[in-house]
Amino acid sequence: MSTIQQLSVFLENREGRLDEVLHALGTNGVNIVALSLADTTEYGMLRMIVSDPEKGKEELNKIGITAMLTPVIALRVPHATGSLSRAMHQLVEGGINVEYMYAFANGRDASAVLKTDEPERAADILNSSGFGVWTADEAYKANC
Amino acid sequence: MITDRTWNERIRDPHAECMSEDERKVLQGEKLKKLVKRVYGVVPFYTEKMKELGVEPGDIKGIEDITKLPFTTKEDLRDHYPFGLQAVPNEKVVRVQGTSGTTGKLTVMAYTQKDVDIWGECVARCLTMAGLTAEDRIHVCYGYGLFTGGMGLDFGAQKLGAMAIPMSAGNTKRQLMCMEDLGATAFACTPSYALHLAEAMQEAGVVEKMKIKAAVCGAEPWTVEMRHKIEDILKINCFDIYGLCEISGPGVAMDCIHHEGLHIHSDFFYPEVLDPATHQPLKDGETGELVFTTLDKEAVPLIRYRTKDLTSICHEKCKCGRTTPRISKFKGRTDDMKVIRGVNVFPTQVETALFGIGEVVPHYLLIIDREDNMDVLTVMVEVDEKFFSDEIRKLDALRHKIGNVLKQALGISVRVKLVEPKTIERSEGKAKRVIDNRNLV
Repeated sequence: MSTIQQLSVFLENREGRLDEVLHALGTNGVNIVALSLADTTEYGMLRMIVSDPEKGKEELNKIGITAMLTPVIALRVPHATGSLSRAMHQLVEGGINVEYMYAFANGRDASAVLKTDEPERAADILNSSGFGVWTADEAYKANC
Repeated sequence: MITDRTWNERIRDPHAECMSEDERKVLQGEKLKKLVKRVYGVVPFYTEKMKELGVEPGDIKGIEDITKLPFTTKEDLRDHYPFGLQAVPNEKVVRVQGTSGTTGKLTVMAYTQKDVDIWGECVARCLTMAGLTAEDRIHVCYGYGLFTGGMGLDFGAQKLGAMAIPMSAGNTKRQLMCMEDLGATAFACTPSYALHLAEAMQEAGVVEKMKIKAAVCGAEPWTVEMRHKIEDILKINCFDIYGLCEISGPGVAMDCIHHEGLHIHSDFFYPEVLDPATHQPLKDGETGELVFTTLDKEAVPLIRYRTKDLTSICHEKCKCGRTTPRISKFKGRTDDMKVIRGVNVFPTQVETALFGIGEVVPHYLLIIDREDNMDVLTVMVEVDEKFFSDEIRKLDALRHKIGNVLKQALGISVRVKLVEPKTIERSEGKAKRVIDNRNLV
């Protein structure tokens, strides 16, 4: 499996809401590896790579927070100038449409979480052009 | 407040508006007898209803016998949509007007030429009550169309011989320009829009340039404080006009310069105030449901139509000289209908519309606010796993979709706010559907 599960959380723009989510994950031993918080005037969208996405979703749902799992890929490129550009170019060539992307630290390589409608194909393109993606096990335990 | 020190009370039809109660009762009784005889013959709905109650046209000998007659409800109108209660042949019908209904369906009412004439006459009486004459220029910024506001004021201005300026609603800047350029002496619109216009005039510094002396406002509930505010800004007199499409349109009643209740044109529309639970007539001053019988209506006469508006009635002669019964400002509604920007909105309409989207949304909340003196409806919809996406683009598309569907169903623009599940308060398992922050009463 080249795709990994992202834990996506809908957040109403309300004081303390983010804190509640982080607290629920923390107290239940769900470690956050990477996160991105997108905000609109109406609501926020918290996207995370966590140590145990299933458990994270379950814990959040228990306290009435809308959370879902979204398949994404964890792109992995050498930490060198221009490498992300080259990797992304491969995806453009392959006709992959990227919905959103956010950076993620893992070891010596540079990484980014990438959402597309065709995660498997995007992973194939990257793997076959000398770049790579983190597997779920690697991603969920990044830097641990 | 009478800003015009030389206020000269004008009464358009002194006979009709100032006759003694006894004289009026005789007139109403004669009209009722004829009406019942006619509808019993040509409207199967009323024939059946009267048979059920064991009442025959001959049992109606005077206006006091009206309590023997059956009621008509909004649901009856819906069940006979669109023309099931029509009492005249099609060639007699000259127009329809309508309002939005509870199911997203319209309520339409047909009018004969005589119905239009009486409607116009009633509005002309109201305009006269507001101190206006054939000399005046009446800027109408009610919507023109199926909604009775624009056409009603237009018919009234015509009857009065005044000049109507048919602006319809919206585009405040242009409204002000026309008011100033054409020398409008009065305007008519919803009270919230009147205040909005007044503030816009103040901001633009054109209040002094205007020749306006009166505003005739209705179609949504408003407070005395709001009237005072408009009057103070513009140094004019504001009047509260009432009406409903089912009965004719605006002009069924209006308050005079003394603002001690709205004078009902009861030679055309017979009012009753009934206990909402027992349906028994209430005494003057007691609050109950307002019920109307259209005494002269040809196309769609309604017998004892339950308006669901809560008010009280007063039969004492007014300081203005009129003897027509007066109803107090509305105290609310017998059901949960909300009037937002002059449009009737029921929470159930929202529910129906949301269910129509495909994904079931059992929890929503309507919040009505007044921003810059305009009613704003926000619908909070709980985000459900079913249509939750982690892509903002898709959530926004959903928000727009809900917004469009609701606009279609309600006839007014709606702000849609997606909220987290279980954040909408439930009480006893039933969700609270409406929060009205307008503080109208």
